[in-house]
Amino acid sequence: MSDQDEQFTEKSTCEFVTFTAANQSFCLDIMKIREIRRWAPVTILPHSPAEVLGVMNLRGAVIPIFDLAAGFGLGPTPHNDRNVIIVANNGTQTVGLLVQSVSEILSVSEDQIQSTPDVNSESTRQSIPEVISLENGMTRVVDLQFIARAVSQVAA
Amino acid sequence: MNSVNSIRDTFFEECEELLEALADGLSEMADGDASQDTMNAVFRAVHSIKGGAGAFALDQLVSFAHSFETVLDGLRNETIEQTTDLMRVLQKSGDLLANIVEAARSGSTFDEASLASNLDALSSYGNASSADVAPEPAFAFQPMAIDIELPDSSDTDRLSDTHVGFEIHFTPHWPFYANGHDPILLFTALAQIGEIDVALSEENLPTLDDLEENTTHLSWTITLKTDESETILHEVFEFVEGLCDLQIDPIVAEEEPLPDAIANKIPADKKISAEASAQKNTKPVGPKPTLRVDLERVDRLINTVGELIINQAMIAQRMGENSALLDADLSNDLDDYRLLARDIQEAVMAIRAQPVKPLFQRMSRIVRESADEADKTARLVVIGEGTEVDKTIIERLADPLTHMVRNAVDHGLETAQERIDAGKDPEGTITLSAAHRSGSILIEVQDDGGGLNRDKILSIAIEKNLIASDQEITDAEIDNLLFMPGFSTVEKVTSLSGRGVGMDVVKNSVVALGGRISISSTPGLGTKFSITLPLTLAVMDGMVISVADQTMVVPISAMIETIRPEPSDLHPLGTDKLLLSVRGQYIPVIDVAEILGLVRTDACPAPDVYLLIEAEGVGQCALGIDEIFDQRQVVIKSLEGNYQAIPGVAAATILGDGKIALILDTDAVALMQAGDPDRARKSNSQLEHSHE
Repeated sequence: MSDQDEQFTEKSTCEFVTFTAANQSFCLDIMKIREIRRWAPVTILPHSPAEVLGVMNLRGAVIPIFDLAAGFGLGPTPHNDRNVIIVANNGTQTVGLLVQSVSEILSVSEDQIQSTPDVNSESTRQSIPEVISLENGMTRVVDLQFIARAVSQVAA
Repeated sequence: MNSVNSIRDTFFEECEELLEALADGLSEMADGDASQDTMNAVFRAVHSIKGGAGAFALDQLVSFAHSFETVLDGLRNETIEQTTDLMRVLQKSGDLLANIVEAARSGSTFDEASLASNLDALSSYGNASSADVAPEPAFAFQPMAIDIELPDSSDTDRLSDTHVGFEIHFTPHWPFYANGHDPILLFTALAQIGEIDVALSEENLPTLDDLEENTTHLSWTITLKTDESETILHEVFEFVEGLCDLQIDPIVAEEEPLPDAIANKIPADKKISAEASAQKNTKPVGPKPTLRVDLERVDRLINTVGELIINQAMIAQRMGENSALLDADLSNDLDDYRLLARDIQEAVMAIRAQPVKPLFQRMSRIVRESADEADKTARLVVIGEGTEVDKTIIERLADPLTHMVRNAVDHGLETAQERIDAGKDPEGTITLSAAHRSGSILIEVQDDGGGLNRDKILSIAIEKNLIASDQEITDAEIDNLLFMPGFSTVEKVTSLSGRGVGMDVVKNSVVALGGRISISSTPGLGTKFSITLPLTLAVMDGMVISVADQTMVVPISAMIETIRPEPSDLHPLGTDKLLLSVRGQYIPVIDVAEILGLVRTDACPAPDVYLLIEAEGVGQCALGIDEIFDQRQVVIKSLEGNYQAIPGVAAATILGDGKIALILDTDAVALMQAGDPDRARKSNSQLEHSHE
């Protein structure tokens, strides 16, 4: 989280990549994103929670693929050719996120980012700590660490 | 890291090599077949350590090395007679020297008492020698750094009063040039000290016909007018000492009498040249040149090469599928690519491979120490110390091997009296051997003691509730009780073994390295422990199988056999259990798909093939799988790096088509079936570490 905080306190503008999962708009700090890949079959991991689809070979590294929609409790992402995997850095780890589609790169000034208002769900506020308002709606800033942590708690 | 520290690190790294050479030479001398070269090598090792230690002001090390060296020098000049007692003192001194070096490196302390007693022992020999020969033979080897630090010491002053210059006879040897030195640079340095006159002596120069490559024929005589001390001169030649014959004679002003200090210096210089010529004889057959490389860089290379191999396999597979593209030329090129990739992989793996020699050498010390403490006499025989093993395996083998060797001396060997009564040599023998055997390493620790006392083992096992008292048990099974947790036969806890660390810990360390340990014992003749280890940790021999449409890999090391049973061999038990009858024995069946929570499809409704495995803590199990494809080497990839440990899965690997296959952790799977998920999770981490 600390480097994300830094982004928000020290820089006046930030760039995000927005994408769609379960027909909702989400976004992720562009600095955390390594690449975007087409969907390819994964190797299923035994005894893994529903949002962990399996592992994939990224040029010799074994990376886990999470279904973002399922991770937010929005149901599994249906299979579609437009589905993509966002490969992102989560601290020292590299993870892949399955989403419906990637939309655009969003450049916003700091004051456009708001903390998630007090909703009666602590886990939602932790996994989506901030929201950004857009012309035609709102996009949710995803906290990767929270997702990975939630998964490992379920699995353990 | 500042430069002094890095030089210091280099010094300690070199010390390791020197100590190794020292231990080598001493054991050769102890065996009584040491040549003059060996003696020289031993002497040089101690001398070089002392020299380096002097530069870093490690006084204790310098003074100990000095006493040590004095005795060695006496031995070399045959003024001290080599006796068994002396050799024992020398070997102990070698151990102590290693201790002091280690203490100096880590800044820790060591056993001062044993140092003092050893120094006494050494000096009793040392004094005997110096009484016989010229006064203070070791005087020549005082580290010179000290004098430079104290330029106004009385010694320097006195010297500068009594001479007007030096005559220097300088004959470089071939290694001088091979190491990139140039005489002109030395002359330039000398010219800065005073007025010089350089004369080349040509008398040794052969005719052109007799001229040989890689030999040297030139020597110089330099007359230097200076009132600097001789120490300054030695500083100039510091880096080439041992690479040349050097004689420095002071030119004394005629009216002054020759002071004693200088008279002493002259034989000292001769000594240097004597040593130098000794070095000349051995230098050409010296160790192969080596390069020190950061281990991280090597590992990065190994990882990348692993990916290259996968990539090569992927390309080959793609081309094979698309035969329209494949003409003869391309297929030849692909074959070349495959061979090259394998060559690179082998070469890279060889970088990590190291001989087990240093590890075995440490064991000879363990044998000495344990024998001393247990009041037995024992010697270590080492076979196959040149066998090369992955560095990580060597490192992680040190503790279990130490333990086994200690056990062998402490429990394996009888006391001297018992041995004499049994008609054996009172000195026990521990044999440590290493060999390559069909893609793995076999390490054996053997003693010629009384063999395992099976009655005692059995009674202890019953007493400790490890087995039932009425259980029928074979000799081999009794022997294997030693590996059970909580088993320790020592009644009296000694400082050597019986510290609560049993053979089960040894077994666990070996298993964690992907190896196996077995034991065999013959009453009256001794006990042998055999360890089989993989050649490297980064790749593993695996059986590629499929379970519920998922491709997986089972480590070959875990498998005993594969079985395709008749339906009549399978017997249901209770509601959902199944037993497989193998040669009259009933073995529990584990459906791998079920235990891993994989969904079976109609295409493969039930297991078809069974893998018989021996699982840690469970015994034999039959793993039900669908199909066996292939046996191959797989590169181990960690799952924990980007995700987390998964019960039942040891690690992952990447197959030829670029897909990931999970490597089954057979022990964990068996434990999960046995309803012990906690231990299964613990067992899980075994392969993971190996990736680091």
